Amino acid sequence: MEIFQIQFSTADLLVIAPELVLSGFALLILLMSAFVRPGRSSEQKGFFGYTALVGVVAAFISLLYWGVGVETSAFSGMVRIDPFSLFFKALIMVIALLTILASLDYAKREGIGFGEYYVLVLFATVGMMLMASGVNLLIIFLGLEVMSISIYVLAGIMRDDPRSVEAAFKYFLLGAFASAFLLYGIALTYASTGTLDLGGIGLVLTEQAWISGLPILITGLALLIVGFGFKIALVPFHMWTPDVYEGAPTSITAFMATGVKAAGFAAFVRVFFYALPALQPYWTEIMWVLAVATMTVGNLIALSQTNIKRMLAYSSIAHAGYILVAFVAGNDLGRSSILFYLLAYAFMNIGAFTVVILLGKKGEENTLISDYAGLGFHHPLLAVAMTIFMFSLAGVPPTAGFMAKFYVFSAAVKANYYWLAVIGVLNSAVAAYYYLRVLIYMYFREPERELAIGGFSPAAVLAVIISVWGVLYIGLLPSAFLALAQRSIQFLL
Amino acid sequence: MNPVGFPIVTAVTFFPLAGAIVLLFIPRVQEGFLKRAALAISLVEFAISLPLFIFFDEGLAGMQFVERIPWIPEWGVNYVAGVDGISLLLILLTTFLTVLCILSSWRAVERMVKEYMIAFLILETGMIGVLVALDLILFYVFWEVTLIPMYLIIGVWGGPRRIYAAVKFFLYTMAGSVLMLVAILALYFLHGKATGEYTFDLLKLYQAALPIKTQYLMFAAFAVAFAIKVPMFPFHTWLPDAHVEAPTAGSVILAGILLKLGTYGFIRFAVPLFPVAAFKAIPIISVLALIGIIYGALVSMMQADLKKLVAFSSVSHLGFVMLGMFAFNVQGVQGSVYQMLNHGVSTGALFLIVGMIYERRHTRMIADFGGLSKVMPVFATFFMIVALSSIALPGTNGFVGEFLILLGTFKANPVYGVLGATGVILAAVYMLWMFQRVMFGAITHKENRQLKDLNLREIVTLLPIVVMIIWMGVFPKFFFKKMELSVQHFLYDIKARYEAVMPAPTAEQEQPLGTEEEGAGHTPVNAKE
Repeated sequence: MEIFQIQFSTADLLVIAPELVLSGFALLILLMSAFVRPGRSSEQKGFFGYTALVGVVAAFISLLYWGVGVETSAFSGMVRIDPFSLFFKALIMVIALLTILASLDYAKREGIGFGEYYVLVLFATVGMMLMASGVNLLIIFLGLEVMSISIYVLAGIMRDDPRSVEAAFKYFLLGAFASAFLLYGIALTYASTGTLDLGGIGLVLTEQAWISGLPILITGLALLIVGFGFKIALVPFHMWTPDVYEGAPTSITAFMATGVKAAGFAAFVRVFFYALPALQPYWTEIMWVLAVATMTVGNLIALSQTNIKRMLAYSSIAHAGYILVAFVAGNDLGRSSILFYLLAYAFMNIGAFTVVILLGKKGEENTLISDYAGLGFHHPLLAVAMTIFMFSLAGVPPTAGFMAKFYVFSAAVKANYYWLAVIGVLNSAVAAYYYLRVLIYMYFREPERELAIGGFSPAAVLAVIISVWGVLYIGLLPSAFLALAQRSIQFLL
Repeated sequence: MNPVGFPIVTAVTFFPLAGAIVLLFIPRVQEGFLKRAALAISLVEFAISLPLFIFFDEGLAGMQFVERIPWIPEWGVNYVAGVDGISLLLILLTTFLTVLCILSSWRAVERMVKEYMIAFLILETGMIGVLVALDLILFYVFWEVTLIPMYLIIGVWGGPRRIYAAVKFFLYTMAGSVLMLVAILALYFLHGKATGEYTFDLLKLYQAALPIKTQYLMFAAFAVAFAIKVPMFPFHTWLPDAHVEAPTAGSVILAGILLKLGTYGFIRFAVPLFPVAAFKAIPIISVLALIGIIYGALVSMMQADLKKLVAFSSVSHLGFVMLGMFAFNVQGVQGSVYQMLNHGVSTGALFLIVGMIYERRHTRMIADFGGLSKVMPVFATFFMIVALSSIALPGTNGFVGEFLILLGTFKANPVYGVLGATGVILAAVYMLWMFQRVMFGAITHKENRQLKDLNLREIVTLLPIVVMIIWMGVFPKFFFKKMELSVQHFLYDIKARYEAVMPAPTAEQEQPLGTEEEGAGHTPVNAKE
């Protein structure tokens, strides 16, 4: 079994430097929290949070070692540094950074600000980054598990809140099933191609005109779709999403909706376009159906939600559907638009969730949309930020959301999937309704009661400001990010 | 770069936005100062839009003052802005009406003045942006941007059913425009595959040679988006709601400019991009326009609410605009463009007038009035002039527009012309009957006895409109000469491209026009940078 003969050198460590830095900081926080008695002052100061923040920044700096355009692999070709993984690593770290910023005071407020919270966030980040850089099915699976297990715990970290416990339990049970599906899919793929290396699989599939185990491979393909589909919440594998998103701490919900989705799509794209492009005729139609179902179901159910976290959960399902449109298109434009979309989506979604965080206080989360009545009068700036995020999620220019949707649909039109594009744009028109509802409450209705907002969190405000900047900058001058997204998929050609 | 020496189109487009940003920094408690600042911004904006008119070379048919800056080179999207004779007049209408709208909001807007003024100025940038954009994506962005402030203006400062009206307005327009987005993308790729040049540049896309079937689909996508905005029957149902619930100035801008963006969209985008489909669509569009004219007028007649009456009269007037445009001859199209301006001026004024009595009586029901001319003589005079202009009495602007439209339509298709002419009669019926019930007769409600006549601010608001009504009515050449060549070029261009594909099947309709008029009018496109 030559796949398990791993050569190891110090140069390899450089390839996973960000992961190592993050793991190191995670262990450091774990160690620190062992020496801090519960309820002590250092915890109150959010010391762990700041340490985690430093960790992410340090990891980001270590990423800069690899210039743009570098391509190298390590650990016997299991992990790869290329523009694609660099893009996702950077994106995931930005997401982690914004999540931690949003968490600093929120975690303290909700009494979950112990070291483990940040440790798990950092480990989840490591897992996501491994998913993005792994070019071996096992590494991708390991990354996925590192990420998932951390997130299972994070979802249930508010252990006094039954909803949070329910969320964790649900996510864990269903997630475990999905992992099993994925693993089985990996096993079948290995069985029919004889390798776990993505490049190797691709080679086998292109060089051999006829594969003896084609039925097995197709079954494996289907199982892989189920496994990834669960993580990125495609319909019909989305059932867990609303409950988990609602029950989990809001900061973790934001992390899940953006980070898990980004990492899931990174691995999804890598596996399907790098290893399995030869099977494109088999999966394109399945994806077409999944894309339509995901967009439509997500948007239609979101229409009737009264809780903003549930609404954003369904909206995130719909957004996965839009990204899948690009997946179906399958051309260069489609692949780079997936990257661009995830970037834009990260800013607008974390921004929206951070506003949700800012509008709650201990014991009173204020997550009903009707709680936002009159917000435009009492907190005009926060309301403007939320307005920008909602318009961006709805895909109205001049925001990042418009540019992202435009890119995705242009990929579909270029590939002659006119109907898919039409269904997609009609969906975004439907979606405008529920995003507008938030605005209706914020601006058009008088407040029913004074919204009780806890102390303002400067860190979370910073996260909102960064998100607003991201949404508007990408919306007005997307050029640089487009070029980045286009460069990042070139290895796939 | 252009006769003015600086990027004037960009300046005109973005000055209101800059003004809105300045307003952000004025404390909200200083309402008086906020209003004066907003008025000053809109006046300066009007002033800097005047050089566009003055320096516009009427001897050129193409785009003038063109500015071109790469925006998203990865997609072939450029910031391309310019004006021709058609958009020029609409831009001036926009800057003109915005000043009056801000003046009219002095009393009517009591809460959140700061946000109101900011929304209005952003809206102005959006509208002018739509009129100057010569890149499809730039156009689409501005097109959608106009939705946001208008949605807020209706929803925040509107009447009791404002939320319903605002959401309906937004969703209708959005649903129409997303399909247009797909058509834009399809056009982009088809043109790109055919020529190797991937661009959203409108003037280049005009030359795209498209299969006829594709043209039909794309024209349909564009036409639905614009027809909703115009609004053409049967897409008009959002309009009465939006108009009735919007604050006065919102209605003025909605009727005056936003609806024109729909008709402008036809003349700038839908028709010249897909001329074959446009010619084929003449019967459909004309019949829908005729239904709009007659149906709008009949429904108008039966309204008990003044504002609803004016709203439905818009459906009727805009039907004329569409009818004239799709006559596809010089008279029809010129009348159509002129009618866009007329409708902006007269219907805008009607909404202002309705707003003025609403401010005094807090009702808009016709039955609540009667005999107002005795207590408000100045008001009665203004109202009369505006009402007559809306009826298209000779000597007012409305006459010139509707006369040309009907002339053009008769040439193209006498049946359409006859049916269209009934709209003029019906307009006289609903307008004069309404005027009689509101202004003449005995004063039946004692609340009406103490009504104050117009104050100075209100006179200042209405006077420019009355001047325009008469100026445009007796001296239309002043305006026609600016748009003449652009209109002729538009017609020459679409006809040439239509006939290149279809061997002149409409020849029998075109004959009365004569050839020298069409042919001699053409000047080659000569974009002046």
